[in-house]
Amino acid sequence: MTLAELLSACDDLRAAALGDIAAVPSLEAWTELRTHLVGRKGGRVTQLMSALPTLAAEDRRTAGAAINALKDAVEGALDARAAALRAASAGGPALDLTMPGRPAWRGSRHPVTLVIDEITDIFRELGFTIALGPEAETEWYNFGALNFPPDHPAMDMHDTLYLAPGTLLRTHTSPVQVRTMQRWNPPIRVLAPGNVYRRDFFDATHAPAFAQIEGLAIDEGISFADLKATLTHFAKRFYGATTRTRFGPSFFPFTEPSAQMDVEIDLGDGRGLRWVEIMGTGLVHPAVIEAAGLDSQKYSGWAFGMGPGRIAMSRYGIPDIRLLYDSDVRFLEQFA
Amino acid sequence: MLYSHDWLRTLVPHDRSATDLAAMIGRHVATIDALTPLRADLVPIVVARVVEAGRHPNSDHLWVTKVDDGTGALLDVVCGAPNVVAGTLYPFARVGTVMPTGNKGGILIERRKIRGEWSNGMLCSARELGLGEDHDGIMPLEVDVPTGTPLLAALPVGDTCLDVDVLPNRPDLFSQLGMAREVAALTRTRLRPLVDVVASECGGTPVTLPAATRGRDAATAGGVQVRLEDRAGCPRYMAAVVRGVTVGPSPEWLVNRLASVGARSISNVVDVTNYMLHVAGQPMHAFDLARLGQATLVIRGAREGERLLALDGVERALQPGMTVIADAERVAAIAGVIGGRDTEVTATTTDVVLEVAAFDARTTRRTRRALGIQTDAAHRFERGVDAAGTAAALAAAAQLLVAVAGGRVEGIMDVGEAPPPPAPVPLSVTRLGRLLGDTVSAEEVADLLRGIGFATTRDGDTLLVQPPTWRRDVLRDADLVEEVARLRGYDRLPDALTPFRPGAVPEHPFAIVVRRLQGELVASGLHEVRPMPFVRGDDATHVRVANPLAEDEPHLRHTVAESLARRAEYNLTRMEGNVRLFEVGSVFRKSGDRLPVESLHAGVLLMGLRRPPHFTEPEPPAFDAWDARALAERLVPLAHAGSITAVPGSGGGDLWRLQVNGAEVARVFRVELDRPVWAHEAFGIELWVGTLDSADVAAPGTHAAADGARSTSVAHPTYRALPTQPAAEFDLALVLPPEVAAGAVEAVIRAAAGPLLESLRLFDEYRGTGLPDGHRSVAWRLTFRDPSRTLRDKEVEGRRAKIVQTLEKELGIRPRGS
Repeated sequence: MTLAELLSACDDLRAAALGDIAAVPSLEAWTELRTHLVGRKGGRVTQLMSALPTLAAEDRRTAGAAINALKDAVEGALDARAAALRAASAGGPALDLTMPGRPAWRGSRHPVTLVIDEITDIFRELGFTIALGPEAETEWYNFGALNFPPDHPAMDMHDTLYLAPGTLLRTHTSPVQVRTMQRWNPPIRVLAPGNVYRRDFFDATHAPAFAQIEGLAIDEGISFADLKATLTHFAKRFYGATTRTRFGPSFFPFTEPSAQMDVEIDLGDGRGLRWVEIMGTGLVHPAVIEAAGLDSQKYSGWAFGMGPGRIAMSRYGIPDIRLLYDSDVRFLEQFA
Repeated sequence: MLYSHDWLRTLVPHDRSATDLAAMIGRHVATIDALTPLRADLVPIVVARVVEAGRHPNSDHLWVTKVDDGTGALLDVVCGAPNVVAGTLYPFARVGTVMPTGNKGGILIERRKIRGEWSNGMLCSARELGLGEDHDGIMPLEVDVPTGTPLLAALPVGDTCLDVDVLPNRPDLFSQLGMAREVAALTRTRLRPLVDVVASECGGTPVTLPAATRGRDAATAGGVQVRLEDRAGCPRYMAAVVRGVTVGPSPEWLVNRLASVGARSISNVVDVTNYMLHVAGQPMHAFDLARLGQATLVIRGAREGERLLALDGVERALQPGMTVIADAERVAAIAGVIGGRDTEVTATTTDVVLEVAAFDARTTRRTRRALGIQTDAAHRFERGVDAAGTAAALAAAAQLLVAVAGGRVEGIMDVGEAPPPPAPVPLSVTRLGRLLGDTVSAEEVADLLRGIGFATTRDGDTLLVQPPTWRRDVLRDADLVEEVARLRGYDRLPDALTPFRPGAVPEHPFAIVVRRLQGELVASGLHEVRPMPFVRGDDATHVRVANPLAEDEPHLRHTVAESLARRAEYNLTRMEGNVRLFEVGSVFRKSGDRLPVESLHAGVLLMGLRRPPHFTEPEPPAFDAWDARALAERLVPLAHAGSITAVPGSGGGDLWRLQVNGAEVARVFRVELDRPVWAHEAFGIELWVGTLDSADVAAPGTHAAADGARSTSVAHPTYRALPTQPAAEFDLALVLPPEVAAGAVEAVIRAAAGPLLESLRLFDEYRGTGLPDGHRSVAWRLTFRDPSRTLRDKEVEGRRAKIVQTLEKELGIRPRGS
């Protein structure tokens, strides 16, 4: 046999074998066909192998490769056919693998919860735990303990929903600071996420109830430098390692010094990087530490407050705050 | 609060641009909301150089010039100014410019021929740009900038307005002077005295003022008497009598000054009071002396039934507790809030009384709120006006009044007394360094504080700091730490993470439960929502918000499910019927205590298809009660440890009550809502997670000193050994008459089966042919296993016989087909 004859025989056998394999009707017939084609003794492919020694020495390598390729193709086709026959014998026709899988409903966390979870995950690494407090609060926890002087204009910032004289729906999560400091001994590192209430009319940018997240660290020797370090670390984890932060003056009755933290971020509105205020912060006012019955000479600390709703709106491009409350399923599904 | 960059510079002659100044204020004082150029109309004007200037061939007073406006080519421009000099820079309006405010305001500059020569633009005079009255020629610019530079960038013209978000603890910043003090400290420039500033602004010659007539309760001068009766409402009252004024329009500079901070000119006399309000933060009022009964001013409490027709044209009813300024008979002004119509300065006024007072902040605030008005004066008084500054303000105001309206100052009265200066505050420099986390020397601290008017004396580590009279917000060392930190700049403090002790406060157990519930519900295909907890309830049963936003939802909810039902209806109106919602949130019940009982609940609402359609199941079934029960039974153990029992509800929509160790923790029910015919039935779950502790932790100022771990309500699973022996199983199909419940059957089976019964699973229910009317066949699979040996067939058979026998005896029921 010459090399040309052998290669031609390979091609003929390939065409015939693939046709036979596709046509084989049952697993029994398949077994017979397999023996006929690639059986160790007398299989058609095996026979071609035995013709190798008849070739010139320089052609054997080429011929061997051709026969091996033929063998792989035939065996592959046999395996695929066997799988199809087995599936068919298990009942019904072969699967149309282009059809979709069986779906299940996908649930979702609310976008505000997604932001809260992301924030708490970062602070947990820094030794923080979650603290909770009631939404229906006393005036003392909401204002008095937080160094709001009675009848001071600072309270104008909090147009409050009252329940009865002396009780109200908390206007910020800061009462949890006082409750935590009153109950536990330092070191204290807690986050207090929760809903707060203001007497604000409901429009595209304001809601009378919204989420806030408070952070509080109290120990001996805590400084403004610690505040900057922790919150800068947070900003870089939350917005990306290259995010720049800056701190500017601010005022809250319960922090002194008070500050605001701005981050330089791209809000995706086509205006590029710009400075956006994301939180109010500061060293806890000694009067607040004293209101909780701790020694303000021994202990110091810092606190911050953020609005996860606003962050969610900028992060996910939500244009109207009312979407966060409407609970439209088509909106919620986008966060699944 | 608006500040004029130009006005600030007359108070502090610094050399920073408005942009630099704004950045500085933003870093050290307060947030800048906006920076607005007041001469935006000058934007198109550029700086250009006249390269050549030659006589116009057809004119004896015109020039033909070559102008370099920075665009490359030299432009031919015809100019009529006698002072054009080659090589000099001038303001230039290119072709296409609309001329700014000035004597050519609004004119479009076009390319045109002037006496046969083309002119491509216009070289401008100061008057043409609204920058002065000089019309002797074009305006030579002595600046060093490239040609083509916008004029606004090259010249300090075009005032800039800075809109600053002044913080509530800084009433001293509600004036140009207040901000000027900060700017003086930040730029290390000396602040000019107010009287000097006013004198240079109005250009008047200094007026010698009569000495003030002082009195504790009353004083008379210039033919006017002031009596101070309400010392609480007004610690100090000063007034000047000015006779012979001519009321008329204000000079242009005064109109411009007021306009630069957004105020409107009214008349020269009123503008003087407004100028002082804006420059010094001292509200003032001018009375028409001729209209004051018996030329008397009495500062007293308002009387029951008194009324005042105020300047805004509204008549207001006054109440005791308010402070008023009255003449001998009737009220002339509401102290610190608004003046009266009857005594206001009009075009015919000739004699005025200028009031400069320090009204009490709280009284002003209460009065202002009770009357429901806001005025520039009240805004400042209710936050605190520097009572030590009244004399200087009155002197400056009198000076200014005489300069713009003429007249003579005939008397000054000073009644009452300024409150004592703020108490000195000791500051430990070491403690300051510890709180900031940085080392700051005593010298630097003293220097920074001195810059904003604080006096310091040093005693070792301690600085005794005397706040100025206008900084009554500084009460203790923390306030001084803030002053030092902001003046140095927060950005200068270090920000490297240093070792810390992790918090010792255990995680709140509810927080752990909430996370578990959220995880399970999201995995079950539900969407979390965060609606508001307001509902329409009943005053008898629901907690009411005293001042609700919406009268149709004034109550706080009892259940989360009510909120979810409203949200489901919202979705139904948008034709969305597959609504699977949950929320973990607070609910409120009335209680005998001060605060309502506040509990954390998980609420669930299931409505619509159980699964999305698929080609294998084009019409999946809808959620039913069994789905809701199963989900509730999955949720309960995430919140409560113990054995769960489902007790059938009272019927109707009340399906099941789930109990843990006998206590009800959850309910499963049908949800009532407005449902269109195409929508499926809705099912709800309300799970009690726990009651929030809202009692006072400890008395104010005290600590509960709790230590150690808080127990969490959820137990860990405990491993049970895997079985080593085979199980024996059989099925039991029983025919149940209508009155027998499956639960009763199960109880009998369990009792009769004995301890080797490993599991009892109800797997089938059948009604219909072959069964008596109303009867059903219910089938259970029973699995028996002995942990130590293989059960013999005979034993299992015996068990089955015993169970069947007991069922017949106790419930009268038999296996199917027997």
